[in-house]
Amino acid sequence: MRLEFTDEEQAFREEVREFLRQKLSADISEKVLNGYELGRDESVQWQRRLHERGWGGMGWPVEFGGPGWNSVQQYIFEEESALAGAPRLIPFGTKMVAPVIMAFGTAVQQQRFLPNISAGAEWWCQGYSEPGAGSDLASLKTRAVRDGQYYVVDGQKTWNTLGQYADWIFCLVRTDSQAKQQSGITFLLIDMKSPGITVRPIVLMDGGHEVNEVWFENVRVPIENRIGEENRGWTYAKFLLGHERTNIAGIGIAKRELARLKGIAAREFQHGRPLLEDPLFAAQIAQVEIDLWALEITNLRVLSAERRSPAAGPEASILKIRGTEIHQSISELLLRAVGPYALPFRREAMEAGWQFDPTREAPGPRYASTLAAAYFNQRKLSIFGGTNEIQKNIISKMIGL
Amino acid sequence: MNFEFSDEQRQLHEAVECYLSEQYGFDRYQSIKRSVTGWDHSIWRGLADLGVLGLTVPAELGGLGFGPLETLAMMGDCGRSLLLEPVLSSAIIATAVLRAFAAESAAGQLLSAMAAGEKIAVLAHFESSARYDSQWVTTRARRSGGTYTLDGHKGVVMHAGAADILLVSARTSGEAADVQGVSLFMVPRAAPGVVLDIYPTVDGQRAADVYLNRVELPVASRLGPEGGVLIAVDAALDIGLAALCADAVGVMQALLDATIDYVRERQQFGQPIGRFQALQHRIADMLIHLEAARSMSYLAALRCTAADVRERRLALSAAKTVVGQAGRFIGQQAVQLHGGMGMTDELKVSHLFKRLTAAQLMFGDSDTHLQRFAALARS
Repeated sequence: MRLEFTDEEQAFREEVREFLRQKLSADISEKVLNGYELGRDESVQWQRRLHERGWGGMGWPVEFGGPGWNSVQQYIFEEESALAGAPRLIPFGTKMVAPVIMAFGTAVQQQRFLPNISAGAEWWCQGYSEPGAGSDLASLKTRAVRDGQYYVVDGQKTWNTLGQYADWIFCLVRTDSQAKQQSGITFLLIDMKSPGITVRPIVLMDGGHEVNEVWFENVRVPIENRIGEENRGWTYAKFLLGHERTNIAGIGIAKRELARLKGIAAREFQHGRPLLEDPLFAAQIAQVEIDLWALEITNLRVLSAERRSPAAGPEASILKIRGTEIHQSISELLLRAVGPYALPFRREAMEAGWQFDPTREAPGPRYASTLAAAYFNQRKLSIFGGTNEIQKNIISKMIGL
Repeated sequence: MNFEFSDEQRQLHEAVECYLSEQYGFDRYQSIKRSVTGWDHSIWRGLADLGVLGLTVPAELGGLGFGPLETLAMMGDCGRSLLLEPVLSSAIIATAVLRAFAAESAAGQLLSAMAAGEKIAVLAHFESSARYDSQWVTTRARRSGGTYTLDGHKGVVMHAGAADILLVSARTSGEAADVQGVSLFMVPRAAPGVVLDIYPTVDGQRAADVYLNRVELPVASRLGPEGGVLIAVDAALDIGLAALCADAVGVMQALLDATIDYVRERQQFGQPIGRFQALQHRIADMLIHLEAARSMSYLAALRCTAADVRERRLALSAAKTVVGQAGRFIGQQAVQLHGGMGMTDELKVSHLFKRLTAAQLMFGDSDTHLQRFAALARS
C-alpha cells in the first residue's frame, strides 16, 4: 500500500502538465478558473488540440484511435486538466455515445462516427429524459415506427444539455409499446439537421441557457443509424450509465474550486481580519477539505482495485453522491465568502472582459460576480446523472436490501 | 499509488480474524468484561503466539519488526471482536514509545518481554486538566543524587491496571505547556507511592487514574534524554491514533453488517423493514460514511510515521475527524435501525456503539481535530 504514484505515472503527469502549459491558452484558462462562461467554439477548439496530440478519444482503446490510457492515466489527465483550468470535456460524444458505438455499433458506424468525435468535428448531445420520464427513464414515450428503411420518430425529449450546438443526438425511443417497459426501447443516432426537429431553450435559475427541450415531429431516421438490435436499447443505455466511473467524483475540479475558495476567503475581510481566520468559517472550509481528501482516497482506492478487476459494486454511486455534495458545499461557501457582493446579479459581469467603471471605486470584488450563478447552477449536480436518491436506491440494492 | 494489502498483510489479518472468531465470540467478550481484571491471560498468550504482541517490536528483540500497515491490517479485527485486551495500549503505543529508546538495555529488555507476552506496559501521559493537549505536563520529577522523585496525577490511563510497567511522563524542568522539560520514566505499577483508581470505561475496557505520591526511582529508570522526550511520546501517540482509527473502522463494519442483517430479517407491516426506502437510504448513508472512514484509516496508517510533522498531523487530524464523525453516525443509526433491540445490553450492537463512542473521546474528538486541521492548513 502506498499513496504515491509510480514513477511512470508521475512521468505521465509531467507529460500532461507540459501539454497543458503549451497548448492551453491563457484566455481560456482564465475563463475556466474564474467561472466565466465558455462558448461552443472554445470547447471545440480544446477538443481539437487534444485530438492533434492523439488524446481526442481520451478513454478509448488504441484500436479506435484513442491513446489507450488506463483508468489511472485518465484520472491523472482529468485532475491536471482541471487544476490548469482546461475546459471540462463535453462528455456526450467522447465518454457516452462513443463507448456504446465501440461496444455495440457496426464497423460502418464506428468508422462514420468515432473519428469525428475525437476530432471535435461533430458535437453530440443526449436524448434520454422526457417530461414524464426522469428517474423512471424506462417509462419514456417518444415513439419510433418502422417505415421501410426508416424509423419515424415522434415525441419530446428534455433536459438536453447544449443541444443548441449539437450535430447529432443519441436517443432512446420506444419501438414496442406492447412489451414490458425496458424491452421495447431502441437506441438511435439522429442527425440534428433532420427535418422535424425543434430545439427550444430552457432557461435555468442562473439565467443561463444550458439545457433544452427537443421536439421530434415525423423525423425520419435511417435504420442504419440504429445501435445494435431493435428493442435492446435499454441494455446499451445501462452499459453507458455504468461506463464512466473514473472521474465521476470530479476530484480535480473540487480541488481547484477549494483553492479558489481559500484564496477568496483570504482576501475577504471581517472585523479587520481575513475571513479565512474566522473560526466558524475556517472550520467549514476545513470540513469540506477533509471530506474531499477522504473522497479522493476513496476514488484512488477504486482505481487501485480496478487494476485487478473492474468495480461492480456501489463504488460509482458513492463517488457520485459524495462528489456532488462536496462540489455543492464549496459553491455554497464561495457564495457566502463574498457576503453582500454575492447579491449583484449582472449577466454581463459573468463574462470575461467585463470592466468596472474605472473612474469609480469598484462595486465589489471582480471575483464575486459569478459566484451566485455558480451556486445556483451547481444545484443540478445532485439531480442529474441519476439523482442522489436514485444512487442510494442503487447502493441499497447492491448491498442486498 | 496502490491500496492493496500485501500477501503477508492479508495473511496476518486472516490469522487474527480466524483466532478471534474462534476464541473471542460475543459470549467470551461478555465474560471477560465482567471479570475482575477485564482481560484474559490465555487470550493474551494466544495473541503473543500469533505475533500480535511483537508485531511492531524490532526483529532483533524477538518481534516481527512490522509497522503501521500491518497494524492497520489486523486492528480492524480487534475492533470487530470488541477485544478488551490492551493491544492498542501496550503492543502499539507503549511499544512505539519504547522503540524510540530501544538502544537502552532496559527498554530493549522490556520490549522483548512484551513481544513474548510476559510483560505489559502502558503510556501514562495525559493529565486530568490537559484534555487532549499532549504538551500539558505538570507531573514533576525532581532529581536528588541517584534518585528521581515523582509527584503528580495521570488521568484516564487505558489499561493501567493490567500493566507491569507504566511509562510515566514528568517534568524535570519548565512549565505546564513547554515542549522542553518532559522526561520519561519506567515506573513499576507496584512501586511504593503509585496508587491506581481503576474503573471500567464506557465500552467495558479498563482504565485508571494514576496518582504518584513521592515515587522514588533510580536514575536508570529514566528513558531517553532528560527533558527531551515529548517528540517521541507524540510520535507514539500518532501511531496509536492511526491504529485506533483502524480499530474503529472494524467496529463500524461490524455495525453495518449487523444492521443490514437485521433489517432483512425484521418484519413489520407484513414485510422486512429493509424494504422501506427511508431505512435503505439511511443504510446507504452508513456505507458512505464507512468508506470515507476506511479511506482515512488507510491515510492515517500511511502517514502516521511521516518525518514531516505538519504533513503527519494534517493527515491524522483529517483522519480522526472523519473517523469520529462516521463512527458517531454509524453507531447512532445502527442503534436507531435496530429499534428497541438496539438499546439492549443483550445485543452486540450496543457494545459496538459504545466502543465507537469511546474512540471518539480518545486522542481528541472530531471538533478538536477539525480545529487543529484548520490551524495547520492555514500555517
